[in-house]
Amino acid sequence: MRIYAIAVFLFLYVPIGIIVLFSFNAGRHASELKGFSIQWYDKALSNPFVGDAFVTSLIVAFSVAILSSLMGTAAALALQRLKGTPKMLFDGLIYVSVMIPGIVIGIATLVALVTVFDFLNPLLASAWPEGSKPPKLHMGYASVIAAHTLFTMSLVIILVRARIAGMDRALIEASMDLYATPWRTFYQVTLPQIYPAILAGFLLSFTFSFDDFIISFFVAGANTTLPIYIFASIRRGITPEVNAIGTMVLVASLVLLLTAQFLLRKRTQR
Amino acid sequence: MPKQSSDSQELDIEFRNVTKRFENVVAVDDMSLSVERGAFFSFLGPSGCGKTTSLRLIAGFDQPSEGDVFISGKSVVGIPSHKRPVNMVFQQYALFPHMDVTDNIGYGLRQRNPKPGKQEIIKRVDETLEMVRLSGYGKRRVWELSGGQQQRVALARALINHPTCLLLDEPLAALDRKLRREMQIELQTLQRDVGITFILVTHDQEEALSMSDRICIMREGQIIQTGSPRELYDEPVDRYVADFVGRTNFFDGDVIDITASTATVKSMSGQIFVGSQPKGATALAKGSKACVAVRPEMIAIKAVNDASHSSNISINGQVMNRIFLGEHSEYLVATEGCGDVMVLSPRSTESMNRSFVPGDHVSISWGPEAALVIGNT
Ligand SMILES: Nc1ncnc2c1ncn2[C@@H]1O[C@H](COP(=O)(O)OP(=O)(O)OP(=O)(O)O)[C@@H](O)[C@H]1O
Ligand SMILES: [Mg+2]
Repeated sequence: MRIYAIAVFLFLYVPIGIIVLFSFNAGRHASELKGFSIQWYDKALSNPFVGDAFVTSLIVAFSVAILSSLMGTAAALALQRLKGTPKMLFDGLIYVSVMIPGIVIGIATLVALVTVFDFLNPLLASAWPEGSKPPKLHMGYASVIAAHTLFTMSLVIILVRARIAGMDRALIEASMDLYATPWRTFYQVTLPQIYPAILAGFLLSFTFSFDDFIISFFVAGANTTLPIYIFASIRRGITPEVNAIGTMVLVASLVLLLTAQFLLRKRTQR
Repeated sequence: MPKQSSDSQELDIEFRNVTKRFENVVAVDDMSLSVERGAFFSFLGPSGCGKTTSLRLIAGFDQPSEGDVFISGKSVVGIPSHKRPVNMVFQQYALFPHMDVTDNIGYGLRQRNPKPGKQEIIKRVDETLEMVRLSGYGKRRVWELSGGQQQRVALARALINHPTCLLLDEPLAALDRKLRREMQIELQTLQRDVGITFILVTHDQEEALSMSDRICIMREGQIIQTGSPRELYDEPVDRYVADFVGRTNFFDGDVIDITASTATVKSMSGQIFVGSQPKGATALAKGSKACVAVRPEMIAIKAVNDASHSSNISINGQVMNRIFLGEHSEYLVATEGCGDVMVLSPRSTESMNRSFVPGDHVSISWGPEAALVIGNT
C-alpha cells in the first residue's frame, strides 16, 4: 500500500520536478545536467512571441476573472431568493456545468458561435450602408473570454452561495432596521461579508483561464495564448525555454490558488 | 384620508385583526392589541406561538397577510423596515462583525438623511456608551466582548436612534442566570430613564412578570389574555394562563351552582369547592366542566383536628415531602380524593404553629376568596 502511494506521488510530481530542474540547466539538452543557469528564463522573457502570448493570456484571464466574479456574484445573490423546484433546478444546473469536461465546452462553444456567426454575418453585411466595409464577427478575444466565463462563473456562484449560506441573515435585517436602504445594506453589510468568496472566485477564475488549453484551442481563432504557444513550440521539440515558461506559470498559479484557499478559509473577518 | 388608529395620542403600537400566514402555518391569528406610549409590554408564550412573528410585523421584516398595524397612529402596512421609527434588539444580537463597537452603535445615525456631522455622531456614540456602561470599549471588536457586553452594544445601537418603540426578541436568553437577573434590572431602569415603549418577547414567565407593565399571553398565534402582571396572576381567564403564570393547584369537577360572582364545583370524589369567577373570563354554565385553581401560598396547613376554620374549605391529607426554602417551606400533601396539593407556608406562620415532616397527617384549608373557578381548557 505504501509503495503504491509512493509510486502515485512520484508519477505525479517527478515530471513537474524535472521541468523545474531542467529550466535551471545550463546545458542545451534535457539528457544532461550541466550546472545552474537562469539563461533560459532570460531567453523566454526576451522572446517576443512568448511576450505576446503572455499578454494575450493576461488580457483573457483578467477579463474572464472580472466578468465571472461580477456576474457570478450577481447570480448567486439572485439565486439566493429562489425557493422550491426552481432553486433545485438551478443548483443542479450549476453543479453540472462545473463538471462538464473542457473539451465539451470547447466544441459546444465553437459550434454555437460558428452557427451564430454564419447566421449574423450575412445579415450584418446586408444591413450595412453601401460603400463602407461591414464588420465581420469571428473568433477572437471575445469568444475565448465567453467560453471561459461560462465555466468560471459557475465556480464563483458556488463559492459565493456557500458564503451567503453561512452568513447570519439577521445582519441584513439589523441593517434594514437601522434605516439602511437595501442598496446601502448591500455594500455596507452583505459585501464585506462575502468579499473573501468573491476574491477567491476571481483568483480561481483567473488561474483557470490562464492555464486553460483545451477550450482556448477551439475558440481562440488567431489569438495565441500562452498554453497554445507552449503546445505549438513543443511540437518543434522540447527546449529548456519551455521548461522555464512552464515553471513560471506553475509558480504563479500556485501562488494564486494558495491565496484563494487562504481567503476561503478565513472566517468572517475574525 | 389616511387610516387613523382610535387614539393616536396615547397608543404607540396597535394591531387590528392582524393575521400572518406562512405557506401552511398561521403564525399570528386575528390578533388585536394596543400598546400605550411608554409602556413596558411583553409577549409571553411557549415556543412557536407567534411571538417573534408579532415583533417582526412591527419591525417590518414581515408584512401581515390580513389586518392593520399602526405605529404612533399611522398604518405602516407595506412600509419597509428601514422607514419605520422602531428599532430591534435581536436574540443573537446581530452585531456587525466587520465593525468595531463605535461603528456598530453609530450605524443607525450614519444612515440618516441628512446625516449628522462626524463630531455629532462621535458625541452621541460616547453618550450612549456611557448610558450602557461601556465607556472606553468603543475601539473593541465586537467578538472580543462578553455576552453581556455584546447585549449592551446591541441595546446601545438601537437606543441611540431614539426610536418611538424598542423591540426586544428574547434579549436575555443567551445570558447565564445571574447576568440575566442583572440585565433585567438594568433594562427596567433604562426603560424608565429613556421613557420609550419597550416591547419584549420572552418565554420566561418570571422575566415577564418582574419587568413588564403589561403582558400579553399568547397561544398558537392568538392572544389568550392581556393584563398587568397582577391581573394575570390573580385573575387568569383560563387554565392555560393560570398554569403558565406562577404555580397553581388545580381541582377538576363539574359546576353545580352559580351565583353572580361565585361558582360551586363538585369534584369526582364529592368534595365541594366554592370560588369566584375571574373578570373577563367566559361565563360558566351550570353542569359544565370546570377547574378550581388555588395558588400554593393561599393554602394554610394545620394539624388535623385543629378546628379553627369555619367557612373555609378544608381537606385532610398526609405530608409527602417538605422542601425548606429559607423564607418559606414548600409542602407536597397527598389528599384524600383530591390528588397531590402543593402548599407554600411562610416562615412566620411556621414558627407560630409547628412545621411538619413527611408522614404527618395534616389538614389544608383556604377561604373561598382564594379559589378561582375557571373553564377547563
Ligand atoms: N419564515 C417562516 N416561514 C414559515 N413558517 C414560519 C416562518 N416564521 C415563523 N414560522 C412559523 O410560525 C410559527 C410562529 O413562529 P414564531 O417564530 O413567531 O414563534 P415564537 O413564538 O417566536 O417561538 P420561539 O419562542 O421558539 O422563538 C411557528 O410555527 C413557525 O414555524
Ligand atoms: Mg422567537
